[in-house]
Amino acid sequence: MPEELYEIDESVPRNTVEEYLRMDRMPHIWCPGCGIGTTVNCFAHALETSGLDLQKVAIVSGIGCTGRVAGYIKLDSFHTTHGRAIPFATGLKLANPELKIVVYSGDGDLTAIGGNHFIHAARRNVDMTVILINNFIYGMTGGQVAPTTPLTATATTTPHGNFEQSFNLPYLAESCGAVYVARWTSYHVRHVTKSIKEALAKKGFSFVEILAPCPTLYSRRNKLGDGLDQMIYYKESSEIRNGADTKTIPLEFQGKIVVGKFVDKERPTYVDTMNEYFQKKLGDKYKTYNG
Amino acid sequence: MKADPIGVSTGAHFIDGDHACSEGALAAGCRFVAGYPITPSTEVVERIAERFPFVGGIFIQMEDEIASSIAIQGAVWGGKKAMTVTSGPGFSLMMEHIGLAAMTETPCVFVDVQRAGPSTGLPTQPAQGDMMQARWGSHGDYGIIALSPNSPQECFDLIIKAFNLSEQYRVPVMFMMDECVGHMTERVVVPPANEIEIYPRRFYDGPKEDYLPFKANDDLVPDMVKAGDGYNIHVTGLTHDERGYPSMTVATQEKLVHRLVNKIRLNADKIIEYKEDGVENADVVLVTYGITSRTAIPAIEQARAEGMKVGHLRLVVVWPFPEQRIRELAAKVKAFVVPEINYGQMVLEVERCAGGKARVELVPHGGGTVHNPKDIYNVIKRCAKG
Repeated sequence: MPEELYEIDESVPRNTVEEYLRMDRMPHIWCPGCGIGTTVNCFAHALETSGLDLQKVAIVSGIGCTGRVAGYIKLDSFHTTHGRAIPFATGLKLANPELKIVVYSGDGDLTAIGGNHFIHAARRNVDMTVILINNFIYGMTGGQVAPTTPLTATATTTPHGNFEQSFNLPYLAESCGAVYVARWTSYHVRHVTKSIKEALAKKGFSFVEILAPCPTLYSRRNKLGDGLDQMIYYKESSEIRNGADTKTIPLEFQGKIVVGKFVDKERPTYVDTMNEYFQKKLGDKYKTYNG
Repeated sequence: MKADPIGVSTGAHFIDGDHACSEGALAAGCRFVAGYPITPSTEVVERIAERFPFVGGIFIQMEDEIASSIAIQGAVWGGKKAMTVTSGPGFSLMMEHIGLAAMTETPCVFVDVQRAGPSTGLPTQPAQGDMMQARWGSHGDYGIIALSPNSPQECFDLIIKAFNLSEQYRVPVMFMMDECVGHMTERVVVPPANEIEIYPRRFYDGPKEDYLPFKANDDLVPDMVKAGDGYNIHVTGLTHDERGYPSMTVATQEKLVHRLVNKIRLNADKIIEYKEDGVENADVVLVTYGITSRTAIPAIEQARAEGMKVGHLRLVVVWPFPEQRIRELAAKVKAFVVPEINYGQMVLEVERCAGGKARVELVPHGGGTVHNPKDIYNVIKRCAKG
């Protein structure tokens, strides 16, 4: 594409989120109609208003379309291996507990190949915010079935439709011990921003699932129209039900989407628990761990 | 700089190689260990878990070896010196993250207390079957460093060297123990902290606006910062430019991978360490490493007593391999004898460097125990005659 396409018209007011993005890496790789960029916009707004010292916030991604988020955010950012953002983030957090850690990755990355790490980080209550973009599919590799693909939906590796039960992720996160659990769609930009901001303010394992359209692979193969059509579906089929029992909110193919904040509780984090336990057990000989 | 005394148990100890490895890591300044239990390496993390609460370290038993091998890398970017500890099956699971550490130039140490494989093999018994895997196990081209201790004392001394080399060259360093060395109990002398030399992390100290995270110095190694320092670094396993930004071009790939390989290759003389005994004027030279360097000694002594001219070259640093030294010796000796507890791994390097100028004989062993020195002696004798 010609260079002049990216020239900035100084007369147009700048989007304030640009300060939080690596503008020298634009344009990004996401397809037209993809919902990931919308969530990044929400995330940047959440950072903007979070009151956090952004020098002490780090973002970690795995691999995939959402895995590219870390590369566009102007924070200390780590683009790791497929599925392993959470254990990397665990090491980073434990090495320096004063850092605020955000894991930003996709449904396949975090709940298939990385599923084991997801449940254990939630169990340990490692202090991190996990933002999971659920587009029901492996996007980067061309639209294969994921643990989140709804029953009967078509993917390249389920050409006759998916017959596997999919994950109800808020229920999974809550059962494993997450202190904050919410689900939104990329249609709910204000809710997403607020929810990410709340999650960032939590101590412990906070989890925000955001449904996002993949028009190129998921919508097209399932004859669901383009990105806008998915947004209309999100708008018309979502029901905000804060505090809903996570057991009752599985997703179905083009079915009703229960969104909202489902869990918001307190539980001592991994490092706090360790310090408290060792102080009690080992007394003055214990060197309180603070990084 | 010198070691922080808080981690150093100065004095004489009667401990096994696994425990000595833990003490060495503590002395080296390691304060983050992630591991997953696996025989015969578990004692390393058990001692770490016992000791760390008193020295300000943090040990976490992760959910698997894959998690362990990347948690340590997160910890390094958080500012800690870090290692993970495993054995064959776990080492296999860690391969992808050895590549990540190489690609992102994350200094860290992987301890592999080798047991007999393949697969679950003989979990409680020794082998040296992971030597090529340590060098080549992750996909793509990169350089690493590997060391092979032959005693508990060396488990202590060389793990410090392993940490120092990892910091100096910003590479993952493989610490290739084996079940025998790991479970052998001997006297281990831990020197005072002020006698232990520590290579500090290469933190950048130039003007902030000039910093390029992957711009190398003259020795091909870039300076590092850590998360939270205010540099907004980007670190990726994708092919990246000096800014750390993904750049998927042939030119960037060539430049980056060339440097990752060359920073070990061109610094090899500074990294390589081997010990020689009676190599000058020898007809037959044994090339050994790890526990095999000790089982070879009775064979060498017997052959010498019978008048054979036998030398011994023991690899302390296994990778990079001392190519030049083997080439020199190949021009002088009749034969190299390479006993290994595998079916021929490092012997391939010896053969390659000997280049047909000297005979190269493997003394193989399938694993489960060490060589009978008689088997090594027989090969020495055959080579000395021929």
